[in-house]
Amino acid sequence: MLIKHNPNGIDRPFASEITPREVFESRRHFIHQMALGTIAGGALMEMATREAFAQSATAQKLSAKANAAYVVVDKPTAYKDATSYNNFYEFGTDKGDPVKYADTLKTQPWTVSIEGEINKPQVLDLDGLRKLAPLEERIYRLRCVEGWSMVIPWIGYSLAELIKKVEPNGNAKYIELISLADKRQMPGLGSPVLDWPYVEGLRLDEARHPLTFLTLGMYGEVLPKQNGAPVRVVVPWKYGFKSAKSIVRIRFTRDQPKTAWNLAAPSEYGFYSNVNPGVDHPRWSQASERRIGEDSFFARKRKTLMFNGYAEVASLYTGMDLQKFF
Amino acid sequence: MFHPAPRQLQAIKLTVFTAALLPLARLIWLGFADSLSANPIEFITRSTGDWTLYMLCLTLAVTPLRRILQWPWLIRLRRMLGLFCFFYAVLHFTTFLWFDHFFDIAEMWRDVLKRPFIAVGFTAFVLLIPLAATSSNAMVRRLGGKRWQWLHRLIYVIAPLGILHFWWMKAGKNDFAEPLLFGVIVAALLGARLYWRFARSKTAPLGAAPR
Repeated sequence: MLIKHNPNGIDRPFASEITPREVFESRRHFIHQMALGTIAGGALMEMATREAFAQSATAQKLSAKANAAYVVVDKPTAYKDATSYNNFYEFGTDKGDPVKYADTLKTQPWTVSIEGEINKPQVLDLDGLRKLAPLEERIYRLRCVEGWSMVIPWIGYSLAELIKKVEPNGNAKYIELISLADKRQMPGLGSPVLDWPYVEGLRLDEARHPLTFLTLGMYGEVLPKQNGAPVRVVVPWKYGFKSAKSIVRIRFTRDQPKTAWNLAAPSEYGFYSNVNPGVDHPRWSQASERRIGEDSFFARKRKTLMFNGYAEVASLYTGMDLQKFF
Repeated sequence: MFHPAPRQLQAIKLTVFTAALLPLARLIWLGFADSLSANPIEFITRSTGDWTLYMLCLTLAVTPLRRILQWPWLIRLRRMLGLFCFFYAVLHFTTFLWFDHFFDIAEMWRDVLKRPFIAVGFTAFVLLIPLAATSSNAMVRRLGGKRWQWLHRLIYVIAPLGILHFWWMKAGKNDFAEPLLFGVIVAALLGARLYWRFARSKTAPLGAAPR
């Protein structure tokens, strides 16, 4: 498999390079038909079953309009890879664990409590969350702190929409995102790897940045459980662990939240954790990354870009020493 | 007490040799079946690292086992197991150098010097080389038994370094279950030697023949 890759990958695509959705879907349909037909070869059948995997009977469709302002040229990661290679320690520390064990997670009914330094504290259920703002699809790069990356079409809306609705007061400086921690549903909670519940946080201006995405789906469907169903955030210029999964509480605070990974290993996982090729992880370089499923076995790793290529967030950090506030 | 005839011993050796190649065969099989997870290079790195440690433990287990079981012939398997430990270490290192660093030696050195867990693993690997190189009968004769034995006691340094490498790799994720298990096994295998040495020095008069 030889795949040409674009080492800087930051360019926005030309409109002509984006495959229209109908064409893309008709290709899938064609492959499926071919595979079902008598001329089906083994390879085609395999392609068809992969498509079937992406559209399993239980998955619930979630339609959203693609937002052309947030599309990257990079080819989206295969659904199978994006849903079988996950860090979600509530279901085990192995990246294959979440897909194996997350079916015990109960995502309905689900509520998210929004509280703290806001004028309108409230509890929203999934329906309320889905209707809060129009859903859109955005294709973001995802860079894990472990040195690999993916490209994922998410569905949701800017977290800013929700923040606007709950009216933060003058004391609100940060938001704290708290994930579900229920031993009956999450076998990984028995392990002392982290202090549960999983907590992440953002400065309020980071949370309000249009790129910060309140996410309810991916690949045209509701979020799979192993990917943080039913609601998570996605912060594409930060390492993946900042994008908290299966959120049950959002707190607006005066003080910087004590986040799970920062508490567990402060020298390795800073509060900000912006993607930064110039700041190494103590145990590996962050200068390059392996694109899951796309970089062939014999390809060099691609260069990691500052802020994961999302240079528009740089102004959030003017005057800050990002070596110190890593 | 079981004592194999020469032909039986040959069969045992062949079985162990074949079994020791199975982890590699599995990797090749999974590779062709496109089943090395979404991140094949990580999978191969971890798998070869794990098997280096398994082989190390098996090699170190030979001496205590032959003593406990009173199967002196087990010693005839030790060299092969030791060389398989080296074999998987070579695969592990090659994966790191080839697929992770693409033979960028300068970058590899930066990694070795900057990152203690890589430095420790690299040191353990380098120390294994003279052991592998002197594993033949000809080399034992050339070095002389005493010097050869002295050199091969390096394994008592290499083993803890290997565990430390694994421990440090897992440290950031606070996930010590596996390195702890390896640590306990290696400590027990080395501890048994210390125990016997201590017991012997108490009972045997000074200058008694070793072993």
